Amino acid sequence: MPSFDILLAGIVNGLAAGAVYVLVAVGLTLIYGVLHIVNFAHGSLLMLAMYATYFLFAKAGVDPYAALPVVAGGAFALGYVLYRGVVGRFAHGKDENILLITLGLSIVIDNLALFLFTGDTQTIDVAHAQRMVEFGPLFLPRAKVIAFAAALAICAALGLWMARSDTGKAIRAVAKERQGARLVGIDVDHVFAVSYGIGIACLGAAACLLMPSFYVSPSSGHAFVLIAFTTVVLGGMGSFPGALAGGFAIGVIESLGGLLLGEQLGQIGISLAFILVLLLRPTGLFGARR
Amino acid sequence: MAEPGAPILEVRGLRAGYGAVEVLRGVDLELRAGEVVALLGSNGAGKSTLNNNLSGIYRPFAGSIRFLGEEIAGAPPTRIVEAGLVHVPEGRRVFPDLTVRENLELGSYRRGRAARARNLERVASIFPRLGERARQAAGTLSGGEQQMLAIGRGLMGEPRLLILDEPSLGLSPLLVEEMFALVGRLNADGLCVLLVEQNVVQSLAIAHRAYVLEHGAIALSGPAAELARDPALRRSYLGL
Ligand SMILES: Nc1ncnc2c1ncn2[C@@H]1O[C@H](COP(=O)(O)OP(=O)(O)OP(=O)(O)O)[C@@H](O)[C@H]1O
Ligand SMILES: [Mg+2]
Repeated sequence: MPSFDILLAGIVNGLAAGAVYVLVAVGLTLIYGVLHIVNFAHGSLLMLAMYATYFLFAKAGVDPYAALPVVAGGAFALGYVLYRGVVGRFAHGKDENILLITLGLSIVIDNLALFLFTGDTQTIDVAHAQRMVEFGPLFLPRAKVIAFAAALAICAALGLWMARSDTGKAIRAVAKERQGARLVGIDVDHVFAVSYGIGIACLGAAACLLMPSFYVSPSSGHAFVLIAFTTVVLGGMGSFPGALAGGFAIGVIESLGGLLLGEQLGQIGISLAFILVLLLRPTGLFGARR
Repeated sequence: MAEPGAPILEVRGLRAGYGAVEVLRGVDLELRAGEVVALLGSNGAGKSTLNNNLSGIYRPFAGSIRFLGEEIAGAPPTRIVEAGLVHVPEGRRVFPDLTVRENLELGSYRRGRAARARNLERVASIFPRLGERARQAAGTLSGGEQQMLAIGRGLMGEPRLLILDEPSLGLSPLLVEEMFALVGRLNADGLCVLLVEQNVVQSLAIAHRAYVLEHGAIALSGPAAELARDPALRRSYLGL
């Protein structure tokens, strides 16, 4: 059994990694909850955002943290346009169409990335992000501390905005009652596109928080999207608090799994938790009991 | 406020339906400032279809709808709500996951936002029950309370014309009385109302004029008091 300090370090590391999973999962769960779209293009779009962050740093010297508003804003615009131009246009509200469109989109993006950026992995070296920060008995790289704090702050701001602003209320309104929304003068298609855009903007933010301590290649979205889907199912499809709890839980399980079982087997913990939740509480921890 | 008697809504030759099925086959109807107009008709006559085409939920096949002098046939609901035509639909259509207060706030999403706080108070004074349950999720309200919420949400948009589609559906007799009294009071304050109702006697008592829709066209129309005495109408709707 590892010592208490090592376990504590494992948990804290897991929470820090989990914060980024939360962001990715919040985007996924928002898109599912409002649009009833399972966004299979999520991983590919994350990968695109990571490349954007990479190029901004490598070619223009923009610090990834300073780039966050730009990348998130660009991701929002891309999501909005993708929804208006492709996803919403061809979906016609049919699940099989949505599956084909988002899956097709991800294949196109992945291959385009392979063609444009080659299959090489790229990293960026952000010196100040590698510095260690002291937390009581623990030392953590600054990148992880920033990722944790920023992801939480973004989720809190998003949650507050969804609760308070008219657009946030409209997003929650169209999720269940589209006709009622039209009758109060909500432009439902616009609100759908905004929701999709926000889901993708979360990926933009996640990309900026990830890049200082991760690498990007045309396939690097997949690892995260698998975790994000697990998170969303774990927390309950469409549930905001569920994505939060699920993301942190997955981060900690992965980290402790790696500690106890070794790096290679660490991922098994995630699958186990996933299967257990499906068996014991198929609607997820925070899922609606329907 | 428009001159009393000035035209608010003018519908001419309206044809509408679903896909290839024509439900409305040339409807003419008008509503003037200060009026409550009742729209009667048996189940499936096309009353809700007419309402949904007026509010832009569906696009008419042909014909003209002028609201406050502006052509709105086929316009999106965003523009129609903005112009002040607010439709409280059959079946309420409240937002189940949002609180009562949030539902009301969204009533002023497109129109009446500046006066939101004042109108929230006004709606709470009209429906004290909604004020008491402001923080409750709308989906957990009783059917009658949801109906009040749907009407309250409609009022939050400061309508120039309010379309009420079967507002008394599912209300207890006492609440039905209250609902009709409310329509009377709102009208006394200057609101125009297009009222679709199954309670023919009460609707005709409160309305200035009425139309009877049959097989997709207006079969009868006139001052409400006259229609209430019409033998054909009494036979088909009141079983007399
Ligand atoms: N979405 C729809 N798709 C196809 N047909 C429809 C649709 N909605 C209504 N209809 C048909 O249109 C006709 C008119 O329906 P509508 O709902 O307008 O009647 P109504 O006068 O409001 O009846 P009620 O008093 O029962 O509410 C009916 O024959 C109905 O079956
Ligand atoms: Mg009807």
